[in-house]
Amino acid sequence: MFRTGIEPPERVWWKKVHKTEKVWVWIAFGWCMVLFAMMPLWHARGGQNPSGIRATVGADAFRDRVNEFIADYQVGTDGNIPVVEPPPGSDIYLEAAMWYWRPVLRLQRGAEYTLHLSSLDLNHGFSLYPLNINFQVVPGYDYGLRVTPNEAGEFHIVCNEFCGIGHHLMVGKVIVIDPPAAADAGTPSDRADVGSDASADAGGGR
Amino acid sequence: MNAFRTCPTTGLKVHSQADALIKANAVVATVTLLIGGIAALLVLLTRWQAVLLLDAEMFYRMLTVHGMNMLIFFIIFFEMAVLYFASAVLLNARVPAAWLGWVAFALMVVGTVMVEWTMWTGRADVLFTSYVPLRAHPLYYLGVILFAVGALVVVGHFFAILVVAKREKTYEGSVPLVTFGALTAAIIAAVTLLHGAIIYIPTFLWSLDMMPVDPQLYRLVWWGLGHSSQQINVAAMVAIWYLLGAFTVGAVVLNEKVSRSAFVLYILFISMASAHHLLVDPGFGPAWKIWNTSYFMYMAVMASMIHGFTVPAGMELGMRLRGATQGLFGWLKRAPWGDPGFSSLVFSVVVFGFVGGITGVTFGTEQINIIAHNTLRIPGHFHATVVSGTAMAFMGVTYYVIPLIFRREIAFYKLAKIQPYLFAIGMVVFSMAMTFAGTFGVPRRHWDISFSMAPFQPEFSPAVDLIIGVMAVGGLLGIVGGAIYIVVTVVSVFFGKRIPEGESGLGMEGRGLPLGITNPPRPLTSADDGSDLESRGWLGTIPGTMVLVLIFLLAFITYYFVNWNLLSFVWRVG
Ligand code: HEM
Ligand SMILES: [Cu+2]
Ligand SMILES: [Cu+2]
Repeated sequence: MFRTGIEPPERVWWKKVHKTEKVWVWIAFGWCMVLFAMMPLWHARGGQNPSGIRATVGADAFRDRVNEFIADYQVGTDGNIPVVEPPPGSDIYLEAAMWYWRPVLRLQRGAEYTLHLSSLDLNHGFSLYPLNINFQVVPGYDYGLRVTPNEAGEFHIVCNEFCGIGHHLMVGKVIVIDPPAAADAGTPSDRADVGSDASADAGGGR
Repeated sequence: MNAFRTCPTTGLKVHSQADALIKANAVVATVTLLIGGIAALLVLLTRWQAVLLLDAEMFYRMLTVHGMNMLIFFIIFFEMAVLYFASAVLLNARVPAAWLGWVAFALMVVGTVMVEWTMWTGRADVLFTSYVPLRAHPLYYLGVILFAVGALVVVGHFFAILVVAKREKTYEGSVPLVTFGALTAAIIAAVTLLHGAIIYIPTFLWSLDMMPVDPQLYRLVWWGLGHSSQQINVAAMVAIWYLLGAFTVGAVVLNEKVSRSAFVLYILFISMASAHHLLVDPGFGPAWKIWNTSYFMYMAVMASMIHGFTVPAGMELGMRLRGATQGLFGWLKRAPWGDPGFSSLVFSVVVFGFVGGITGVTFGTEQINIIAHNTLRIPGHFHATVVSGTAMAFMGVTYYVIPLIFRREIAFYKLAKIQPYLFAIGMVVFSMAMTFAGTFGVPRRHWDISFSMAPFQPEFSPAVDLIIGVMAVGGLLGIVGGAIYIVVTVVSVFFGKRIPEGESGLGMEGRGLPLGITNPPRPLTSADDGSDLESRGWLGTIPGTMVLVLIFLLAFITYYFVNWNLLSFVWRVG
């Protein structure tokens, strides 16, 4: 006999499952296995994974690395933010703090970089616009992501983790340029639209 | 004085202290819903960039107020009422230590007041997640701790009621499925609140400069609280689905074994849930993320897919057994759509499944999270789960709690009948538009997506303005629905027409009583074993539901793979 969910069930309720219900349970189970299998599969075959190289880093140490990185590869400034153009394949550093991203990065399309993200103060959110690539930036942690830009253009980094009253002011920039013709590969591109006013306070300023 | 009254409608024996505790918790829940709702309006009119009502500081403050009042205070106070109802009332049991119930209630109220004070005075502009090292006033953390301790006491009290009922043999055999569901919610709540203690006590000490707290560890343990508590909401909501199904259309339980096992799956795999929020965090490796985000290979998702089937199937079978046998969907046509309890139930199941469930599983996939984390897709998702699912179910059950527990007729019953429609349609439009805006990368928790004062001004696609406009319209409609709910419940509870003692409400149509009370579904007998129902091959005796869940599966598969496809276009990253 059937009962509703507010009545105590019959004494013995461990009964054989009706065929239709069984069919659905197996369909659901099968689908769940597909959902599960997709993640390892994408690690093996897909190009976008949040694995990265993960380490801890203190705020001071990270800031030193960023400054060194800027000193090595600065090609100009944009507003008062240094612009750097690191060689393809290198480690690049992006500092998040209330409320700026530093430096502005100039990258080459098709080249792989290891992008290190960390914060000097609170949690911040790395959101590359308009691509919609999002990563959490946590103070004390170095998130090293191997990225390969696949199109040239100007991109922005929006902060999408609440980081205080100036949260909406926190916007950075990434410029992706086409790789130079084979011969002069490796020298900073002269197509820079910001390269002219390289200022003396490289790496400092803030 | 007799401590029990017999409910003339259901025949259940209700302990007077159960009555009182349910009332107290439900009333405070409604007050916090009102506060959260006012904040919702302000936040909505600010995110609607064309209006931009509040300044930045007030926006984040009201967003904190909205999140805390809705997600924590409203939902949990209501759940406390559900726990008392599903134990003491459904089992005809007494409340063994009523004073403890009142101590717990007082703790929760005091905690709430402390948190409200810090939030409204600008001492806790940290959003409900309060990620360390964002810092709030110590009383904010202490308030949360008191609230959680109070809730933990109620959970313990619930277990005690079950034990007393068993010992005093107030019911026969096993507890009903609805109580079993509430038990599931209570067990998860115990685990969850423990996480709460583990994280809020150190954070409280940290706010007093007495110890350090690691930001990544904080996120891990905090979400052990934050996401598991969503599973409390899901379990409580599913229990109410079975309850409303029984009240409104006499829904039957297809198979107790299957439904109960599905609840057990929730209990087993819930503590892993915090990974959903940490998929693009630096602190954890892929193996940990995959294992945990899938709750042990999606066993909790499977549980929800089972309930999402057995609830409508039980409704369909219950109605077919009572003669609604025409075609695939004749039972839906004959269903009591004018009963706000029923319409709330249907919307809760459908929106939770189709919008909330599908988006949730998709965004909670390790790699797909890269294109979803902290965008508007996330609030889009959870306004379809905890709002259109849980809050909607809670609203629906209120239309039965008012006559059965408060013993009042529902005021403005005509308005009450359309309330679920307004709220559901509004919230569907709102959450889908939000989710859609998020696919363009529009961030959540953000005051100014025109970035007018930032050093650089990324420009969102013009489509975004339109979508945000649609979102605002949906949100406003939802707020109207929510406001009607509050007006109806407050007026009914305090000024509604009393239902005379001993009056069952049977046959009293045209009054402020839902159909499940005036015209309850005919009780089934052992002759109703379904043997005279037509069975359509593997669609069995519930062909309508089977067709519906297959449509659901198709939508799920499509959305899921569309998102993998979207992901494959962005930069390679790893
Ligand atoms: C008609 C009703 C509602 C409307 C119009 C509404 C609107 C909103 C809006 C506009 C946001 C801000 C999204 C953002 O900027 O990130 C938000 C956030 C949120 N809402 Fe609602 N909401 C409603 C009801 C609810 C209910 C009933 C609940 C919970 C049960 C809820 C829980 C939340 C939570 C937890 C957040 C996130 C807060 C945060 O990110 O810190 N909302 N809501
Ligand atoms: Cu930030
Ligand atoms: Cu921010």
